[in-house]
Amino acid sequence: MNQQNDYYQTAGGPATTLPVPPDIAPEHTLNAHEWGMLSFLFSEVAFFSTLIVAYVTLHNDNLSGPTSEVLSLPLAVATTSLLLASSFTVHLATHALGHGRASLFSLWWTLTIALGIAFLAGTAYEWYGLVVHDGLTVSRNLFGSTFYTLVGFHALHVSGGVVAMLIILGLSLTEAIGQAESTGARMVSWYWHFVDVVWIVVFTVVYLA
Amino acid sequence: MSLADHPSAHADAPTSPAGVDLASRLRVWTTTVDHKRVGIMYVLMAVVFLVIGGVEAVAMRIQLWSSDLEIISPDVFNQLFTMHGTTMVFFVGMPILIGIGNYVVPLMIGARDMAFPRLNALGFWVTLFGGMLTYFSLATGGAPAIGWFAYAPLTETTFARSAAVDFWALGLIVAGIGTVTAAMNFVATILAMRAPGMTLNKIPFFTWTMLWTSVQILIAVPPLTAALVMVLFDRELGAHFFDVQNGGSAMLWQHLFWFFGHPEVYILILPVFGMVSEIIPVFSRKVLFGYEFMAAATMAIAFISLGVWAHHMFAVGLSRQVDLFFIVASLLVSIPTGIKFFNWLATMFGGRIWFASPMLFCFGFLSMFLIGGLTGIMLALAPFDFQLTDSYFVVGHFHWVLIGGTLFGTFAGIHYWYPKVTGRMLSERLAHWQFWLLYIGFFVTFAPMHVAGMLGMPRRIFSYEPDRAWEIWNQLATIGALIQAPSYLIFVYNLVSSYRHGKIAGDDPWDAWTLEWTTSSPPPSYNFEKIPTVHSRRPLWDAKHPDDPDWQYE
Repeated sequence: MNQQNDYYQTAGGPATTLPVPPDIAPEHTLNAHEWGMLSFLFSEVAFFSTLIVAYVTLHNDNLSGPTSEVLSLPLAVATTSLLLASSFTVHLATHALGHGRASLFSLWWTLTIALGIAFLAGTAYEWYGLVVHDGLTVSRNLFGSTFYTLVGFHALHVSGGVVAMLIILGLSLTEAIGQAESTGARMVSWYWHFVDVVWIVVFTVVYLA
Repeated sequence: MSLADHPSAHADAPTSPAGVDLASRLRVWTTTVDHKRVGIMYVLMAVVFLVIGGVEAVAMRIQLWSSDLEIISPDVFNQLFTMHGTTMVFFVGMPILIGIGNYVVPLMIGARDMAFPRLNALGFWVTLFGGMLTYFSLATGGAPAIGWFAYAPLTETTFARSAAVDFWALGLIVAGIGTVTAAMNFVATILAMRAPGMTLNKIPFFTWTMLWTSVQILIAVPPLTAALVMVLFDRELGAHFFDVQNGGSAMLWQHLFWFFGHPEVYILILPVFGMVSEIIPVFSRKVLFGYEFMAAATMAIAFISLGVWAHHMFAVGLSRQVDLFFIVASLLVSIPTGIKFFNWLATMFGGRIWFASPMLFCFGFLSMFLIGGLTGIMLALAPFDFQLTDSYFVVGHFHWVLIGGTLFGTFAGIHYWYPKVTGRMLSERLAHWQFWLLYIGFFVTFAPMHVAGMLGMPRRIFSYEPDRAWEIWNQLATIGALIQAPSYLIFVYNLVSSYRHGKIAGDDPWDAWTLEWTTSSPPPSYNFEKIPTVHSRRPLWDAKHPDDPDWQYE
C-alpha cells in the first residue's frame, strides 16, 4: 500500500501479514462539464415541458381574437429548416475542432451563428405580422398568452446560444483555441442541439397540430 | 493517529488570525468559492430565516390562543401564514440541506471542491437574494396574503392589488435558479469527481441521497419557475393563464404547483434520510444494514414522488379514475420508505448504541417521522382526505413530517458534522436541553392540531367562535410553541458559544468511517493533500484496521 496516510503508516503489524487491496480499475464516465451540462439541459426539459403543457391545455380556450389558424406554416417551415441546418453546421464545427482545424471551425461556427440570427429574424418577422396584422398580443387571448410565452422563451434560448457562440468566436479569433475554449465550444454545441430539439417539439405542437 | 500533523493542514483553516480587520474578513467570505465556506453561509442563512419563520409561527399561535381574539388582524394573519410557509420551505429547508451537502459531499467523496466552485457561490448568493427579494414585498405595505401555494386566481391583480405578489414570485424564481445550479453542481460533483476506487456502489449514503435529491430538484423546480413566470405575465403583461374570467385555468396552477410541491417534500426529506443513514451506523458501531436496498429505495422514492402530486387535489373533484391512480401511487411511496425504516432499525439491532447528541436526534427523527408517515398514509386515501382536507389535521401531518422528519434529521446532521466544521464539539448538555424541549414542545404543538382538525377546524382561519370545542387544542398548541421556542434559541446559542469555548474535537471525534474524518478539523481549503484511494464503503475503517479491511467482505 503506497498511501501517504498516517493511518497506513502507524497502524497494524508487518506489511506482509496485511491483506493487499485489489487494483483499482479506472472508471469511465463523462467528465464534470458534461454531467453539468446534461443536468442543466435536463432541467430545461422540465421547464419547456411546463410551457408546452400550458400551451396544449389553454391555447383553444379563447373567448375572442385570433387562434392558431393565423399562423403561417410555410414561414415556420422556413425558420425550422434554418435551425435544423444550424445543428448540422455546429456539429461540423466541433468535429473540425476535434481534428485541430481551427479555421474550418471558425467557418462552420460563424455559419451556425448566422443561421441562428436568421432564425431569430424569421421569428421577429412572424411576430410583427401577428401583432400588426392579426392583432394578436400576449394579453389578447389565451392563444396569445401561451403562444408568445412558449415561442418567446424558445427564442430567448436561441438568443442566449447566439451570444455564447459569439463569445467563443471572439476568443477563437484573438487567441489559439485551448482546452478550455474547446470544452466550452463542445458544451455550447450540446446546448444548441437541445434548443433545436425543443424547437422540433414546439413546431410539432404549435404549427403542425 | 492524525492527519493534522501535515505541516500545512491548518494554514488555511477558516478562522481568521487576530489582527485581520472585519472588512477583509467580510471580503474573504463574500468572494469565496470554497465549497466549505459556501456551505457554512447556506446554513447560516437558513438559521436566520428559521428564526424569522419561527417568530411568524409564534405570532400566529398567540393569535389563536383563544376564541374571538384579534391581536393580529385577519389580513396580517394571512400574510403571516404565507410568509411562514414560503420561508420555511424555500429559505430554510432547501438551503440548510444544500448547505450541509455543499460542505460534506466533496469531503466525503475525496474531492477538493465542488465541480463548479464559482457556480456554487453564485447559487448561494442568488438564493440569499431571492429570500431578500421575497421579503422586500413588505415594502409594498404588506407581504402577499395568498398562502404558500398561492392558489389561482388569488394571485391575479384583481385579488392582490399591491406588488407584494410580484416580489414573492420574483424572489422564488431567483431562488429557484440558485437551487437548480446547486443541483447541477451536485450531480456533476458526485458523478465525475469521486476519489479513485469510489465506484457508485461505494459512495457514502448521504452522497447517494444528495444525488437523487438533485435529480428531483432538476425535474421539479423548473416547472415552478415556469408557472411563476406565468403568474408574472398575467400580472405584468395582462396574459390570461390563470385568469378564469378570460378562459384561464385555476386548476392548471394547482397541477403545476403540486407537480413541484410534492417532489419538494421528498427534496426536503431524502438528504435527511442520507444523514440519518450516516449517523445511525456510526453510533451503533455497525455497518448500514441493506445498503443496496436502501439505495434502490431512494431511487424508488425519487421516481414515485413524481407521480403523486394530485393527492393534494382530491377535494378539487378530479375523476374517480384519477383519484384512484393518485391514491395507489401515493401509497406506493410507503413501501420504499418502510424498507428504509426497517433497515435503520436493523442497523441498530444488536449494535452498541451510543447516545451522543447526533444519535439522540436520530431517535427523535425515527419516532416522529414514523407517525408523520402514518398520518400521510391516512391522508393519501381520498375518502379520508375528503373529510379532512384543508383542516388542522393536514397542518399537523405535514409539520410532523417536516419538523419530526426534516428538522430532527437536520439537527442530527449539524450535531454530527459541527466538530468537523469548527474543530470544536457542541455542548452535549445544551444539545440535550435543545432536544428535549424540541421533542416535548413539538409533540404538544402538533398532536392537538390533529384533534382540532378532526373536530372540523379549517386551516388558515385567523380566529374561531367559542362554541366549537377547539379552544383547548389551540391552547395546547400555543403552549407547545412556547416550549419549542427556547430550544431554537439554545441551538443558536450553542452554535455560537461552542465555536469559541467548545471542547477541541480532533479530526475524528466519533470514530467514524468516511473520508471527511481523515482531514483536519476544520479541513484545509484544499481538503486533501493527496487524493485518497478507496476500496470499500468505509475507507476510514480500512485505514484504521488494515488487518481486517471491509473490502474483503463487500
